[in-house]
This record gives sequence, structure tokens and C-alpha cells, in this order.
Amino acid sequence: MSSPKFWREIPQRYRMEAGKCSKCGKVFFPPRLVCSSCKGQDFETIRLAGTGRVATYTVIRVSATQFADEVPFAVGVIDMDEGVRLTSQIVDCDPESVKTGMPVKIEFRKVQEEGKAGILCYGYKCVPA
Amino acid sequence: MAGIVGYGAYVPRHRITVEEIAKIWSADAPSYKRGLQLRQKSVPAPDQDTVTMSVEAARNALKRAQIDPMKIGALYIGSESHPYAVKPSGTTVAEAIGATPEVHCADLEFACKAGSEGMFVALGLVRAGLIEYGMGIGADTSQGAPGDALEYSAAAGAAAFIFGKDNLVAEVEETYSYMTDTPDFWRREYQFYPEHAGRFTGEPAYFKHVLGCAKGIMKKAGATPKDFAYIVCHQPNGKFPQRVGKMLGFSKKQIEPGWLAPTLGNTYSGSSPMGLSAILDIAKPGDRILMVSYGSGAGSDGFIFKATDRLPEVRDLAPKTRELLDNNQIYLEYGTYAKFRGKIRRAREL
Amino acid sequence: MREVAIIGVGMTNWGELWEKALRDIYVESALLAINDAGVDHIDSMYVGSMTSGIFVGQEHLASQLADYLGVLPIPAARVESACASGALAVRMGFMDVASGLNDIVLVSGVEKMTDVTGGDATYALGTAADQEYECFNGITFPGLYAMMARAYMDRYGMTREQLAHVSVKNHQNGSLNPRAQFPMKVTVEQVMDSVMIADPLRILDCSPITDGAAAAILCPLEMASKLSDKPPVKIVGTGAATDTLAYHGSEDLTVLAATVKAAEMAYKMAGVGPEDIDLAEVHDCFTIAEVVVIEDLGLVEKGEGKSAAESGLTALGGKIPVNTSGGLKSKGHPVGATGVGQIVELTEQLRGESGDRQCGSPKRALAQNMGGSGGSAVVHIVEVV
Repeated sequence: MSSPKFWREIPQRYRMEAGKCSKCGKVFFPPRLVCSSCKGQDFETIRLAGTGRVATYTVIRVSATQFADEVPFAVGVIDMDEGVRLTSQIVDCDPESVKTGMPVKIEFRKVQEEGKAGILCYGYKCVPA
Repeated sequence: MAGIVGYGAYVPRHRITVEEIAKIWSADAPSYKRGLQLRQKSVPAPDQDTVTMSVEAARNALKRAQIDPMKIGALYIGSESHPYAVKPSGTTVAEAIGATPEVHCADLEFACKAGSEGMFVALGLVRAGLIEYGMGIGADTSQGAPGDALEYSAAAGAAAFIFGKDNLVAEVEETYSYMTDTPDFWRREYQFYPEHAGRFTGEPAYFKHVLGCAKGIMKKAGATPKDFAYIVCHQPNGKFPQRVGKMLGFSKKQIEPGWLAPTLGNTYSGSSPMGLSAILDIAKPGDRILMVSYGSGAGSDGFIFKATDRLPEVRDLAPKTRELLDNNQIYLEYGTYAKFRGKIRRAREL
Repeated sequence: MREVAIIGVGMTNWGELWEKALRDIYVESALLAINDAGVDHIDSMYVGSMTSGIFVGQEHLASQLADYLGVLPIPAARVESACASGALAVRMGFMDVASGLNDIVLVSGVEKMTDVTGGDATYALGTAADQEYECFNGITFPGLYAMMARAYMDRYGMTREQLAHVSVKNHQNGSLNPRAQFPMKVTVEQVMDSVMIADPLRILDCSPITDGAAAAILCPLEMASKLSDKPPVKIVGTGAATDTLAYHGSEDLTVLAATVKAAEMAYKMAGVGPEDIDLAEVHDCFTIAEVVVIEDLGLVEKGEGKSAAESGLTALGGKIPVNTSGGLKSKGHPVGATGVGQIVELTEQLRGESGDRQCGSPKRALAQNMGGSGGSAVVHIVEVV
């Protein structure tokens, strides 16, 4: 992951910054320039509280190269309390114990490393709440 | 009067027991447990490091401080395991808690004393009126070489403290530092594991500096052990802080609330700061707390804190240190622990 | 708008084609289609390829392939919509002919996937998902469809065995297809015991990494009998639609909304409904995909897709045979070529050329091809004239 590619997403990866449509209230993570519901173009920046529930999940056993040291690991689609969904790893538990509907919360974690000499890419992961 | 406005700790969920490590090296677990007064230690997950734990501890501190993170004028992280050799840990933490860009960051290193160093500097800037709030963090994902005695104790954890002048949870009544050049423990550039001088790390190193600092700060403040409700010293194992506390004339009751090492291990720069956070979780308004850190090389920072009426009002706003330590533990076998800590040589570095 | 016919098709064997470069397999399939149609020239060409840049380091593909096919200087375009690139190339060719701009158009798809390691192939395929908000967090394509399978199981009570039957059926069909990459039959037990890739999906739920190319020649229907001796197959409906790239953005985690929409468009254009379809080739990149897709195409009711393979409904000789070619599962999934491969299979079925896997004398067939976790979908309905 190149520095600029990682860096420009820092508000989302570190602080869970989302866009809330000023007109209809729909929340977007990451933020957008146009609301898919009402086509509004005014947004307020909000921070997701970092709590939600597992909508669906899987346990990855064969990963892309940069995650090979971490398998098996759970990944889920998470229903955040603000009504927006995101994809996140679910860690600090036996991956087999993850269940649909399970409450989770966001923690700050190292998500990827650019090899042994490149940048460390931090971001969000879920842990059991 | 300046002091602590908010505090928070973080402990990774994984643990490994002394027995599990001893088994691998055919070592006598009961004698290690007795000798080190240590049952287990915390282990960071592969996705945890000084930065991630610092962020979680800092967020907990902010919950208790109830301040706008943009008002934090300085953020210092003390650690001997900063993830980068060159690139600050502090800016990542400041960014994650929303304290950028008007903030002064520095990464500090002084073996296990780096955490109290950050607290000391942040406090100094607040006292000087240069900043409104300053954050000092002690955090480490300490490494002990496989088979070395340090492997039983080298643990992971973090504690963060926000200093300011208003809405204090604890006033700082006195500070004091005590340093000499003492090569008891070190890690050279490009070396993965630290080295130490065996029993030399005890008497002329840990005990000399902790005792010197504790006596010095009490003398400076005109205080004696009976003036304190609690004492917390650096905890390289379970035994040293107990012994040094007794040597200074403190009782078990004063020592044990901040004595985390038996189930946490040595979190290096996080050690005495985390002990302090556990004490703040229970201290009553008016209680005095003596904290003495220790870092090899060697030196100690001393602080005298006095809890305020606000402390009990905000302590429930974030997880308590003992809860983090005692709840939701995941025990590892040595193989998984070795994988987590990068101790296994792989065919291809990914 | 002119009516459009398919007058020639061709495809290479699909599999690990170590000796052949991307340009070789492309030209091989294009020549087969040109010869099948019996045309002496082409006016323009569209080639679907998902990510030749990552797989073989070659972009600017359309010009390179036109050159190697010896058809310079005709206009050529490369079309990309992840795994739906092939069907989208067919649609582009359809539009080219229908509009009257060109008469004889070569549409094709090609992917050469085996030059990279497994991990790098996983990465390359992952570029069809949201890089920053899905792949960054460790999800893979099998993982995305595994989450769909989990959501579907939670919602409709599908069993693991029911999913396995999709693989069993497609391998059974593929065993009759001489061009299939994995023409072996498998049992439910073999699927259930195969290596776990992303819970609950196992390796025998997943389409393979494949090298392959497929091609078809399109022309105006009114010119078909003049240009070719082959019975023309008319494209009576084409539909294409989009959905959120990120799976977590889907309105409903058990619905492929782009497939629903593209099918609606194609049915409307053809003036037919799902009940009028004799057989279908659908995008079974993973077993769960076939289950959800046949529902979203209206071939079965929502929630009924789970038992379609198990009950024999979608088997060869069933009421609505699905993936007679073996599907992506058995025939292989050279991603950019898959959508065109489906058209090859259906054209041959409609002409009665499918040998052991021939489904009687079908009149009308449907092809559904999709990209990513359903972010794009293309549906074609074809009829023998």
C-alpha cells in the first residue's frame, strides 16, 4: 500500500469519520459527495461511535498474500449503530465463536504491513463487545 | 495546581502462563513463579503494538477527562518498542484521537522509564503555561529472548494520562528524578532482543534508583510512608516492587492495589503508569499516591499525587485497569505465542 | 435498431495453458469463431478482460490482439467490468451491430490467470471489490460470497449439503464437456470434506483459476443467412445493471440487485418471462452464487434456490437445466472470458451441437454474468431462429 493511498483514508481508518446527509440524514462510510438516496450534496462529518452487530461473517482460511500470517481470521459485515454497514475483521476471539447478531465494538489495530520495511497501515477492527 | 485530568489503560486480551513457557525450556515453573512472583503475562496480538495500545489507552483517558481532544497541546509516548525506528508513534496516536494538527509530539525512550518521562514532560509544559492539556503515555510490547528469564515477564500494555490545571482527578504535589549511568539492561541498534547483566540489574540498578528516588521525593515533600494511601513502583517482576516497598517501610495494603505484575507481567514503559491507573480506579478523594518508575541505564522519576473529589465521579466512564486485566482473557499455547511475537523464522518474509 | 444474430462461436480448452500466452489463446478462440461463422473479415471487435494488467502485465489489449489476429486497422476496444467483462463485450458488440455502425463484429473474452502465484491471483481478483473498504480489511472473493452464503443460510435455512449439490451437478455437467478444466465428477461427501477456504465455502464450492478465451461473431439478423451456413441464434434481450461495489453496501445481503435489474431489462426487451427460458448459463463463481442468481432471475422463487440442484430441477434433463457447460465451477473461470463462454455454450445448445450434454431441442436460453460480489451484471436472452 503506497503512502498517499493509505494516508488519504486516515480520517476513516483512524477516527471512523462518516458523512451524514444534511437533507435526508443517511449516513455514508466512507463519506461521499452525493447522497444515493436524496441526491443531496451537503454533508455533515460525524464519527461513528464504533459499536454495532455482526450482520454476516466468514472465517478466512486462504487470504491475500499480505494477510497470510493471520489466517484463520474472521471478517464480517457489521451493522453499525448509526445505520451504516462496513466490512471489518473480528479479532480477539476464536473465529469459530463469531455469530450473526453478535455485538461488537471497534478497536484501533494494525491492519496491514507493507512488507517488513514499508509502512504500517493502521485502522479499525472489531472485537466482541 | 496542575495534575491529572483523565487517565486510561489498555491491556491486550491474550495471556501466557509461566508454566507454558517453562515447559518449552524444561525449566522448573514453580521456582520461576516463586522467584519472580509471577503467574502469567499479557501478550499482544499480531495486530497490536505500542501505537494501537496507546490509542486505546488515550481514548479511555479522554472519556474520563471529558475534554475536546483538540485542546491537547502535547502528546508524548514513552516506549522501548516504538513500531518504527524512524517515524513517530505520537503522530499516529494524536491523529487517531483527533488532536492534530496543533499538538507537539515526541517519542521517548528510556528503557522502562520512558512512560513516566512522557508524563513528567507533559506536566512540566502544563505547569509552565505553554499548553492547556498534555498527554503522557507509557506503552510497550516488550520482547524477551526465547529461553531468557525475561521471556517469563516481558508483557504488553499501556496507560495514558492527561495533565491540565482544571477539573483534576489527582493533583501533582511533588516530582523528583534520580539518575546515574548504570549499564544493567540495554538493546543495541538493530538487535531484536534486549540484553541484561543478570543479578547486576537488582541491587546497583533497580533497588538503588527506586530507593534513591522514593527517599528523595519524600524528603523533598517532607513526607513519610504513613502519609500515603498507596505506592506504586516499576514492576519488572512480582517480587521487586514488593521488596522495595517493604524496604521503604510501606505495608502490603499500600503496595497491593497497584501491584499488577503477578497477572500482567512487566509492561516496561507501561508498568508503573498502569499500576497508577489501577490505584486511581479505587483511590478516595484526599488519598496520596507515591509513584516511582524505573528505567535501566538507569533512573527513576517520582510523583506524589493527591486524589480529588472529581476522581470518583469520572472513573466509571472508561474500563478499569483490573477489569481489563482480569476479564476476557485468552490463554495461548507457546506455539501460538511464538507465532504472535514473530519468533518463528519463516521461509519467506511476507 | 437492427436485430442481431450470433453466427459463429469458438473457445479454447479452458485450464492451465502453460505453453500459451494471452494473445495465443485469444487468437485461437477468435479464429474458431470466425471459421465457425465462415466470414472472411470483421468490421470491429470488443474484447472483455478483467485485469490483464495484473495477471500478465499487459494493457492496451485491444490493439495488441487486433494486431495478432491480423485485422489491423479495424476499431477495437477492451471492455472491463470485472468478471462480467465478457458479457459486457457481447453487449457492446450487440449495440455496435444494432446501431448500424458495423456489420460483422467479433466479441470475445480472455483471461490468462496462471502466470501469477495463488496469493497474487487472490489480490488481482480482489481488485473487483472495494480496495479501501473491503480488501484493505482482509476480505477475499471467496470470503465475500461466504458471507452471502452465511446470510442466506441464516435467512432461508439452507443446509451445507444443499450448497454441495450445486457443485456436484455442475461437475456432472462438466464431465460431459471436453473443454472443461475440471471434468471430474464429485460427490456431496467430497465437497463437504474438501479444504475450507472461507467458512462455509470449501475449495469445491469455488470456481478455479483458469486460462481461457471465448469468442462469437455477431451480425445483423437479416444478413445472417447470407454470411453463414450456421443456424443464426438471435439475441432477443440484453440487460446490464450496476449495484454497490462493496458487498456491505447491498440493500439486501441475500439479493443480487444488479442481476434482478439486468434480467428485468432483458426479459422486457425479449417480451418473455422466466417461465419461457429452456436453459440457462449463470455465474456460479461460488456455489452460493448459483443459488441466489437463479432466484434473482426468477427461475425459482426467492428462498427456493437452495434446493434446486438437490431436487434435480436444474440438472441436465431437469425442468430448467442450469450450467449445462459445467458452469464456472467445472468448466473453469477465466474471469474476462466467462461471459462469452456462456454465449458459446448456449449457441451450441440452441444449434443442437452439445453432444452428450445436449438438452433436447431448446428454443430459448438465458446467460447471466456478473462482476465482483454483484456490483455489475449482464443478462442476455438468445433464441434459435
